[in-house]
Amino acid sequence: MALNTLWFIFIAILYSGFFVLEGFDFGVGILMPFLGKNDVQRRTIINTIGPHWDGNEVWLITAGGATFAAFPNWYATLFSGFYLPLFIVLVGLIIRGVAFEFRGKDDNPRWRSLWDWCLFAGSLIPTILLPVAFANLVRGIPIDANMEYVGGFFNLLNPYALLAALALTLLVLLHGASFLSNKTTGEIEQKSRELVRWLWLLVALMLVIFLVTSFIITGVSSRLTVWVILFPVLGVIAMLAAGYLVRKGRFGYVFLTTCLTVAFFVLTIFSLLYPNVIVSSLNPAWNLTIQNASSSAHTLRLMTIVTLIFLPIVLLYQIWSYWIFRKRLTGDVDKLTY
Amino acid sequence: MDAVLLARLQFAITIVYHFFFVPLTLGLSLVVAILETIYVFTGNELYKRMTKFWGKLFLINFAIGVVTGIVQEFQFGMSWSEYSRFVGDIFGAPLAIEALVAFFLESTFLGIWIFGWDKLSKGAHATVMWMVALGSNVSAIWILIANAFMQHPVGYTITDGRAELTNFSQVVFNLPIFSHYPHVFAAGLVTVAFFIMGISAYHIFRQNELNFFRVSFRMAALIGVFGTIMVGVIGHSQGQEINQIQPMKLASIEALFDTENPASLSIITIKNPFTGKLVIDWRIPAALSLMEYNKLSGEVIGINQLQAQYVQQYGPGDYVPPPVVLYWSFRTMVGAGLLMILISVVAFIIELRNFYGKYRWFLRLLPLAISLPYIANTTGWMVTEVGRYPWVVYGLVKMEDGVSKAVTPGMFITSLIGFILVYGLLISATVYLMIKFGKAGPAKEQDDTPDFSPSLVTPSESQ
Repeated sequence: MALNTLWFIFIAILYSGFFVLEGFDFGVGILMPFLGKNDVQRRTIINTIGPHWDGNEVWLITAGGATFAAFPNWYATLFSGFYLPLFIVLVGLIIRGVAFEFRGKDDNPRWRSLWDWCLFAGSLIPTILLPVAFANLVRGIPIDANMEYVGGFFNLLNPYALLAALALTLLVLLHGASFLSNKTTGEIEQKSRELVRWLWLLVALMLVIFLVTSFIITGVSSRLTVWVILFPVLGVIAMLAAGYLVRKGRFGYVFLTTCLTVAFFVLTIFSLLYPNVIVSSLNPAWNLTIQNASSSAHTLRLMTIVTLIFLPIVLLYQIWSYWIFRKRLTGDVDKLTY
Repeated sequence: MDAVLLARLQFAITIVYHFFFVPLTLGLSLVVAILETIYVFTGNELYKRMTKFWGKLFLINFAIGVVTGIVQEFQFGMSWSEYSRFVGDIFGAPLAIEALVAFFLESTFLGIWIFGWDKLSKGAHATVMWMVALGSNVSAIWILIANAFMQHPVGYTITDGRAELTNFSQVVFNLPIFSHYPHVFAAGLVTVAFFIMGISAYHIFRQNELNFFRVSFRMAALIGVFGTIMVGVIGHSQGQEINQIQPMKLASIEALFDTENPASLSIITIKNPFTGKLVIDWRIPAALSLMEYNKLSGEVIGINQLQAQYVQQYGPGDYVPPPVVLYWSFRTMVGAGLLMILISVVAFIIELRNFYGKYRWFLRLLPLAISLPYIANTTGWMVTEVGRYPWVVYGLVKMEDGVSKAVTPGMFITSLIGFILVYGLLISATVYLMIKFGKAGPAKEQDDTPDFSPSLVTPSESQ
């Protein structure tokens, strides 16, 4: 397999990992003010993702770094072209990251509500804006002959991108709720289950609408590959399985299926994109592709070796960390950390 | 204001802010790991309390270091996209490796450490902290490798209008890394030493938890003596290295306008910016040659000669980094460093001989001295980075060729104001928490504070 394609796959995997893992902790962050009626409940909810959110976020950092190393032009055009949305995402990630650590360090209710708000906003902002960015890569943005973005901020907020944001945000909420239903007890667990039941149909509908729209808007039917068919089909199957398992009350497996749903939908977006990495809406000849955006073969080989050694190690210790904290939280105040 | 200036200003502010927290993370992660290891081996509860107290301050500092670090990784593409295109083939690799090898390690294991007190055996829990310390330091190494390429590009060739990697081991074992990483590591030791000494002195002065804080103080003073001297030794060899690879930086640091042999060392040089005449210029003859060549002769090339040489080599342009900034940043760093050597030695003697009663004024000064390493860390990087002017990559890419074309000055102003506001909020919250917990002192024996308590999970019947 060509190294360029391999690296496209690595980056797709890194972003899928990011959305699956950080997806549920974003979801938990957004749901926290609504499902947590008092401080103890909120702390319990935050503590379910406490040991994991930081490690999950590194998937995004690594995906960004890998894009820089393997496809410098992709990184450069994307990050400079989406300057303001990414700035807002950064602000979100900043206030969210410190909120975890700072919130519990003072009893003042105003202090706590400040960081609650930061945690909520910091979870919601990237959840909305990152799908906007990815949808625009697929749909096409004004890229000139020199690989420079020549559109404005509001070019990015087109109906298709907003549809993607809405669909993915709802999916993240479902994913977060299904995580919470497995990590809590009592009232929070009940409410999370209730939410999963309510959200499921809505999310399923939105995702199907999003998929159909994506196929129309990208004109992908003229260049169908097995992956372009396979990933959305698997995504829909995972979603249907989630619905079945919700009805059966098997919430442990529901979380597994929401993980798969998120992964397959991110992979769908990447399969729609391939072999481009950014579509130019001005001229197809100006598309950034896995060829013209990539690093040299030397660098790609080097990065392949590093990734094949270290990514499995990362997976091992991250799985270990989930294993350590596999039990449910009961909301016992003395046992809360954050 | 033009985009280049705004992009520089934003990078400068965000990187200085980020590096405000990095050295303490490097040093304190190591100290906490050592304390916990002592606890594991001796079973002495004192060391567990020390682990928890200093660990809590570590976590506050770490959180803000992480989130400000993310900004830096994104900022290369956001603000410096043309630079990223040109060097991405080389520069992207260390950043990606840093994330994959180090950032994952420290973030995942820190989560385990915070929440894992009663989930893991004592030994495993201490090992987890060592992983955090390892991750932080490996992270610093890869970032410094990336920076070393900007200071001294090696292992590349120019193909199709961009720099392409030819020899990765040259990039990794690039000359500056051998002085920069030890320098940053030692600076981390100095920072944690003054941090712990300052807080401990506050409590010793008030006769609070004497045993706890005297053990902390003794350890910190020892680290301080070792760290400050280590920085000095490394700094000396670094000066010689700069003479070889970036002579313009050295000439600007020393305000050496014309070539001298033997070269004199400026004690104080003040130039009238309007007339260009030197108002004061007191110098020690041959002292600069001594520092650069370890003997009383040796040529050091001056700013004017280098400027002429670079114009010939790279075409017309201004190749002189602002000497005022370099000259005074360097002297502030060295001055703070020398003062810290003195303070560390005095502190160590006072602790060994138990002279606290006699030198109470010294205890009152130490909390203020926490600022010294921060001053030195910041001015030190200003010398290194401002001294690279006008290059993003030394001799290869100028600043104006590196800035993003798709970003307007208005966007830069928006994000700049945004960062200043958010970072302002963060620094207020951080300082508030540090002072609050620093003053409060450690939790009483056998009594874990609730918000730092070990377990958070109990088994549940359902599912």
